[in-house]
Amino acid sequence: MRSSYLLLTLSLFLAGRPFDTALAAKIFVSNERDNTVTVLDSETLKVIKTIPTGLRPRGIVITPDYKEVLVCAGDDNRLDVIDTETLEISRTLDSGPDPELLDVDPKGERIYIANEDDALVTVMRRDSGEVLAEVPVGVEPEGMHVNPEATMAVSTSETTSMAHFIDTKTFDVIANVFVDTRPREARFTKDGKQAWVTAEIGGTVSVIDSNSKKIIKKITFEIAGVRPELIQPMGVRFTNDGKTAFVALGPANRIAVIETASLKVRKYILVGQRPWHMSLHPDGKTLYVANGLSNDLTVIDVASEKAIKSVPVGGALPWGVAIKP
Amino acid sequence: MKLGAILAIGAWAGLGQANPSQAQPASSKQVSATIVYLGKRYAEPLPLSLIDPILDDNGIQGARLGHKNNVGTARILGHNYELEEVVVPGDGDVVSEARRLLARGQRFFVADLESDDLIQISSLPSAKDAIIVNIRSSADRLRNEVCRGNLFHVPPSTAMRADALAQYFAWKRWQRLLLLKGTAKGDEKFAAAMRRAAKRFGLQIVEERENKFRAGHRRAEDGHQQIQDRIPRLTQNAPDHDVIVVADTQETFGEYLLFRSSLPRAVAGTHGLVPVAWHAAFEQYGGMQMQSRFQKLAGRKMTERDYFAWLGVRIFGEALMRSGSADPKSIRDYLLSDKFVVAAFKGRGLTFRKWNQQLRQPVLLMAARSLISISPQPGFLHPHHLTDTLGYDEPESGCRFPS
Repeated sequence: MRSSYLLLTLSLFLAGRPFDTALAAKIFVSNERDNTVTVLDSETLKVIKTIPTGLRPRGIVITPDYKEVLVCAGDDNRLDVIDTETLEISRTLDSGPDPELLDVDPKGERIYIANEDDALVTVMRRDSGEVLAEVPVGVEPEGMHVNPEATMAVSTSETTSMAHFIDTKTFDVIANVFVDTRPREARFTKDGKQAWVTAEIGGTVSVIDSNSKKIIKKITFEIAGVRPELIQPMGVRFTNDGKTAFVALGPANRIAVIETASLKVRKYILVGQRPWHMSLHPDGKTLYVANGLSNDLTVIDVASEKAIKSVPVGGALPWGVAIKP
Repeated sequence: MKLGAILAIGAWAGLGQANPSQAQPASSKQVSATIVYLGKRYAEPLPLSLIDPILDDNGIQGARLGHKNNVGTARILGHNYELEEVVVPGDGDVVSEARRLLARGQRFFVADLESDDLIQISSLPSAKDAIIVNIRSSADRLRNEVCRGNLFHVPPSTAMRADALAQYFAWKRWQRLLLLKGTAKGDEKFAAAMRRAAKRFGLQIVEERENKFRAGHRRAEDGHQQIQDRIPRLTQNAPDHDVIVVADTQETFGEYLLFRSSLPRAVAGTHGLVPVAWHAAFEQYGGMQMQSRFQKLAGRKMTERDYFAWLGVRIFGEALMRSGSADPKSIRDYLLSDKFVVAAFKGRGLTFRKWNQQLRQPVLLMAARSLISISPQPGFLHPHHLTDTLGYDEPESGCRFPS
């Protein structure tokens, strides 16, 4: 009796994994148009919760301890902080005007926010929301990322078309690098040696050496049957081993797969309509892509570099993704 | 200033209280430039709808926003840009004003002027090396027989606007057009562009009519009754048509066609579905940001002319920043080079057509309250730029710049 009970539990555990939400990751998607963050279960890929947020939620990031998801509510000039256990907004932070993208430093202590309307980067303490600095950058700041050593942050400015490198100790802008027109995301590589900057209108990714601040290469894209002006690079993510980069190409409806050693495009993965931002599961095996126009999420298997499926996100104009393992 | 060069900025004192003006000049070369917004208060027709505001700062507010954007980057580069606003009264002499500005050394103009004034100013000997960016006139002749090497055009030409509509009709298979025009000169110009567009895209103008009637009492009680009687008469007994195309640049009757025509038909042209570069209801491609930024600055909605003025100033800004020079010849070369591109909330970079210095751009087809479509339409192909299916393409162009 006892052993069969154990067997039953065990078999339930094994066979029942897809239903065991405790083991599944939670996927948080910001939906720009209907002012929500929807939470999907990574096993069932079903929406398990819809969280109303401030107006125009876009940038979304999870803290390194996975306890909080921070969301930029641009039109409400604030950050909404979601508790990843209760799936409720636990607090809000005064982000400064029109926050668009943000990042948390690797130690989880500071939040860096690109204030789109004010040509500023706001740096604040995560615990208290105390503003440590407002750093003037170019017009329409957007991209925001902190390097792995937490010594440097990079932001982009859409109208100025520059990448701005900020010293995280002094809050000085240490370099401004012209990139192609309308830069969106900036992201340091896993080893921190390069910053990759996408240019939506320029159609390129500028790979910048983090030390010299010189552009090493501008990666261009060419897809048979897709008009060049539809290729609008947006989000960037690197695999955990740092060997591969994924770049979302917006209206081209594809994710470019780039070998980081050679900086060559290896492949294009067809996804939903207008993929914008992405997030990699911390285990490195799965990439999730928010498709703005088709209101869905494409799940990509990193090993095979194939799109497995696309599922509705339960919100309108999905913008960015954060994952709690 | 080479592309991708590094511009070190000096440290500023005080935690977070950065003062950008104290930052060390970023580039080795100091670039100073003044952009002149030159306008004239022409008599403009009163809008037929009370909803359309009568503005006294139309255009200039867009220029100010563009300047604000430019200054944001200039500060980082250590460049110094000024915007000088010169608007002459309705009875003023804008050509003399231009002569005076040129004599003072001004070379960069954002010209909120009609075509006759543009031709006169761009023909001045002292304007030979100036760059005049037209932000008002859609006149086709400025892009064809009277084109000038020192004149660049931001607004889509009348031909581009007409083609944008015609492509949409072709895509909808609305092939039979009833063309109604007013008596003004501009009405005939738009009608002519529609005739050309109909021929290019396989449409048929089933009949053309001129409206001479001017409703006089629209705001008076029962004014609507008069209009309700007149419009069916204007539109009745025409061969069957899919859409009414209206050419009424002077706001005399266009607004009254929809819901009053003899046959229940869609209305497009100067009223109804309009081909424009900007509209208060446009929000795609980051346009929402532009709308709210403008609203914040000007306290009102952004008009098409505000957009043109913004874009004109931004075009100078891009060329100044990227070329790192304020020399008119360098700026001109840069604008016509393959390096130049300006982002303007259209989902693609905009560039100039070398054969007539017209800015290439998609054209929005807007209803009163929302976007209907954006031309070029699917299926209209071009070997180089899809947007070159709108307006006068290189082989058709009547513009010959002196070499």
